[in-house]
Amino acid sequence: MTQDEIFQKVKGTLVDALNVDDDQVTLASRLQGDLGAESIDFLDIVFRLEREFGIKIPREELFPESIFQGDPNLVSDGKVTAVGLKELEEKMPFADPAGLAAFKSDPKLDKLGDLFTVSLIVRYIQGKVK
Amino acid sequence: MRWLWIDRFVAFESGRSATAVKALSAAEDHFADHFPGFPVMPAALLLEGLAQTGGILVGEARQFREKVVLAKIPNATFHRDAFAGELLTYVTEVVDLRDEGAVIRGRITAGTDPIAEAEIFFAHLDQSRSKQIFGDHNFVFSGELKMLLGLSALAPSRAGAGLEP
Repeated sequence: MTQDEIFQKVKGTLVDALNVDDDQVTLASRLQGDLGAESIDFLDIVFRLEREFGIKIPREELFPESIFQGDPNLVSDGKVTAVGLKELEEKMPFADPAGLAAFKSDPKLDKLGDLFTVSLIVRYIQGKVK
Repeated sequence: MRWLWIDRFVAFESGRSATAVKALSAAEDHFADHFPGFPVMPAALLLEGLAQTGGILVGEARQFREKVVLAKIPNATFHRDAFAGELLTYVTEVVDLRDEGAVIRGRITAGTDPIAEAEIFFAHLDQSRSKQIFGDHNFVFSGELKMLLGLSALAPSRAGAGLEP
């Protein structure tokens, strides 16, 4: 499956899950910031991707939302620490490199959601279906 | 008035599908206001009935251990209004059932007329967190909804039980 084939299917999934228009979904779109996803939508998206691609997505693997919750080694003063950033890279090897670099330059925890992009999903699926 | 928007299950196959019926009565309060002079069943209450049918289907699949809450209705289509005097049939099927939640697909008919269709997404409330807040008590399936299913009669023959009205 080529990257574009995966993207087209992911796009269809997001159009169904988030009620957005076809042309709103690009590789760079952020699920929350650009497409209006809320927390419950992430679970819906995971379910749909599993059905669409016939894959299994373990909890917290695609959208590791809670890895930082309540751990002072990983987050301090609202920012992800150096240790936390290392952990993030390990947990999200499929994150978009440019997005990850941008986050590292200003690692505010409330910006973490910006890493959840369409590109992240496509790269994750690529690793799963090859 | 009790928050029951289905009257009876007429078919139930554990973990797979459930069918319930709802007779619309002109005595139901909502008809007086929705709308004066033109009483039609509110679409939100149609969906509530579908969610109760599907929610019990999802709850029963895990023996009512999970707190099943309606999380999202990704899509719903309405074909025509439903009126007092009609008998509605709510058919629901499990699309997906996992630890975190479930998805069902449902349709409502009045005789041969399609009334509505919807996909409903249920979440299982996080086990550890909901326990802290609500304790062990399952406030979703507190009795009334379970009674509706007539579990005592159903439980021995859960698989493929076709209930004749």
